[in-house]
Amino acid sequence: MQARGLRSAIAVAAVAVMAAGAAGCAASDRDEGGEGSAAGGTFIFAGAGDPKNFDPIFNDDGESFRPVRQMFETLVTHKPGTAEVVGGLAESWEHDATGKVWTFKLRKNVKFHDGTAFNAAAVCYNFDRWYNMKGAAAQSQMLYYQDVFGGFATNEAETAGKSIYDKCEAKDEGTAVVSLNTYKGAFPGAFALTSLSIASPDALKKFDADKVTQNGDSFEYSAFANTNPVGTGPFTFGGWDKAKNEITLNRYADYWGDKAKVDKVIIKIIKDENTRKQELRAGTVQGIDFPAPSDRKALETEGFQVLNRPAFNILYMGINQKNNPKLADLRVRQALAYALNREQLVQTKAPGGSSVASQFMPDTVLGYAPDAQKYEYSPDKAKQLLKEAGAEGMTLNFYYPPDVSRPYMPSPQEIFTVLANDLQAVGLKVNGVSRPWNGGFKDDVQQFGKHDLHILGWTGDYNDPGNFVGTFFGRPKPEFGDEKMTDMFAAITAADATVDEAGKKAAWEQVNRDIASKWLPAIPVWHAPPAIVVTKDVKGLVASPLTAEEFNTVTVSAS
Amino acid sequence: MLRVIVRRLLQLVVTLIALTALIFVWLRNLPGGPVDALLGDRATPERRELLIKALGYDQPILVQYGKFMQRMLTGDFGNSIRTGDPVLEVLGRAFPATVELALAAMVIAVGLGIPLGYLAARHRGRTLDNLTIGGTLLGISIPIFFLGYLLKDVFTQNIHWFPPSGRVSTGLDNTNVTGFFVLDGLLTREFDATADALWHLILPAVTLATIPLAVIVRITRASVLDVLNEDYVRTAEAKGLRHSTIRARHVLRNGLLPVVTTIGLQTGALLAGAVLTEKVYNWGGLGTLITDSITGSRDYPVLQALILVAALVFIVVNLLVDLSYAVIDPRVRVR
Repeated sequence: MQARGLRSAIAVAAVAVMAAGAAGCAASDRDEGGEGSAAGGTFIFAGAGDPKNFDPIFNDDGESFRPVRQMFETLVTHKPGTAEVVGGLAESWEHDATGKVWTFKLRKNVKFHDGTAFNAAAVCYNFDRWYNMKGAAAQSQMLYYQDVFGGFATNEAETAGKSIYDKCEAKDEGTAVVSLNTYKGAFPGAFALTSLSIASPDALKKFDADKVTQNGDSFEYSAFANTNPVGTGPFTFGGWDKAKNEITLNRYADYWGDKAKVDKVIIKIIKDENTRKQELRAGTVQGIDFPAPSDRKALETEGFQVLNRPAFNILYMGINQKNNPKLADLRVRQALAYALNREQLVQTKAPGGSSVASQFMPDTVLGYAPDAQKYEYSPDKAKQLLKEAGAEGMTLNFYYPPDVSRPYMPSPQEIFTVLANDLQAVGLKVNGVSRPWNGGFKDDVQQFGKHDLHILGWTGDYNDPGNFVGTFFGRPKPEFGDEKMTDMFAAITAADATVDEAGKKAAWEQVNRDIASKWLPAIPVWHAPPAIVVTKDVKGLVASPLTAEEFNTVTVSAS
Repeated sequence: MLRVIVRRLLQLVVTLIALTALIFVWLRNLPGGPVDALLGDRATPERRELLIKALGYDQPILVQYGKFMQRMLTGDFGNSIRTGDPVLEVLGRAFPATVELALAAMVIAVGLGIPLGYLAARHRGRTLDNLTIGGTLLGISIPIFFLGYLLKDVFTQNIHWFPPSGRVSTGLDNTNVTGFFVLDGLLTREFDATADALWHLILPAVTLATIPLAVIVRITRASVLDVLNEDYVRTAEAKGLRHSTIRARHVLRNGLLPVVTTIGLQTGALLAGAVLTEKVYNWGGLGTLITDSITGSRDYPVLQALILVAALVFIVVNLLVDLSYAVIDPRVRVR
């Protein structure tokens, strides 16, 4: 009897295997039949990771911003394809002579997805909401808000600074006035930050948006953030199916601007880079982000559109002056700069369209100094300077993360190898230290400053020199062991506080000149354009230097 | 029998408690941590400090462990650091995906493995046997991720028979009832969805089935060969019993004992194999969850729960294997 049971079990298993095979054949036939017809109205894009949630203020990463940007809008925004600041939800804006009072003339006839009106009161509701946010959970997650405004009405962190936000007034339906305590050079660029998107006050209240609670090691976000995000953008939230890894966005029929051309956008989350490429080749997705530089040519040859975003980033070789006293000598740092053959590195290891960097920001940012000192490749000069400083043959601990790929640093290991060879060629000894990105590298470099040299970089958030140079060198950091460079900190603070446009430009240009010739706290390496790839039937996608592509202009024709 | 079960369950509880302590201490001593993952590229000393305090990482590890156990005993595993979703919800989504995949792989492995092993034994030394042995050697030695990429390359990039990844076609409007997509389609009578899910299931299941299939074939073959040489088989033959009766009653039944043990062990191994298979096929199950939680964000709450669940499954499967022994072989029951 038991044997009979076993026998039937085996029989069932065999039938199941055969059924699976048969169904597979049937399904594959079906696929070849007519999938094309459904493609016209839906744009499927492969994302590389999970978004955190959809409440803009609590997010700071590209994967969250991709869907958020389609649903929400900011007061000012960037001209498509550039980092130039133009009107968004505000048609125009101006600041007073002190630079502290910003008046926004708002766009008319704009409605949130829930049908409520967008107006000055809604703008102020959002600004006040951010400023008054309470709780360690919420405040620790509003990274961009803190970057820009410095603090909250009541700070949870003892070390947090005073907020520069004063108040927001709705002068009339279409005029919102935001007052700050001090001028900050980051504005108006920072008003374009996706984190500072304007959400529907009604929805924020209805879905408890401020309720970010802590549970054990983690935070739980509100229904607004998870399932009911409501903005003014060209797409509304359709859902996030976490079992299928799909985020659906639907066309918003009442959108004030260029209405979306596709009915639906699906962001399919595929974490493996190779799989994203295979899905693209199989035609199951129509776009992927950040292809490996080595794949770009192949993808182009296969007929895909590889769109280069204008580079809005910087890769640098950082120098920590603290551990190795010789590195505090400017001549030694200049020797390192002369020793690097950056031109060759760009040609061999950088993505197509990259350029050698001579400053810590791209030339499209205000305050770029065309006449700043450049360090052309010269091993002889390097050797001579090292000799003068008595630093010949010294050993340098060079930290790099082998396991990550960033838009500005696609393959850290390869970059390290080339840079280390250049340094060895001028007689220096390089001790390579590889540490996992999130398991040692960032801690050792940014917190503990254990290194002598390292590679790292940055992608700009908005068009302002403070967001590049200020972020790196505006104050002492363990990363550069630079606490003695007080002149540099003072010059950057002064440049950032200059209200008048011409004066601001001049001040930042001088900062960049001095960084290159007098201070040289690190060595700029390259600006690398990250790419976005779409199939050939995708039209109308404008690649953005800030990786802030908007999908309402996209069409997908069934070819 | 009851005493055996109770003793095993007690063992299970002790093992799990020891495991939680081990995992807890180990995770918190790994370099990097959720704080860095949460802060991303914009970490500043103040933000780190605020988060460390908020998350309670500044407290002694014993206090942290105590709080964790306290919560866990009330059934609260906390929320995922990465997504903020309750851990049980996260596991609840991933679990059916992995079970569906593992079951499909096991169906292939058992469904093909036992007959193939049996046939190889019956045709010992002949071509079929040699082919089978050669095939199993290849199956055991080929790394899963390599096989996965190879199959994908051939069947999704060159011949477009199967989709490259995922559990169903993107944008498919199917109803989620149990999280088992194949079953859901049948329950809701959306047979297209079932076909679609099966179509997505085949390559990953074949990939995952390779090693258990090879192992099962080999064990079955060896075991059946042993039994064929036993005196009682010869006696049965001498008595003139029908071949089919001898095969079913004597050879298969006795030959299957070691196979059942192997199936149990392989089920545990399937979970480990699923890590690689799921990664290759973007499957979204427990395997993917493990890699995401370790590499990306040090998602302590998810990892803790995951390891516990994996251990639990392993222990329960072993318990079931032991019990099934008793069903197949009455001698075990007597003991």
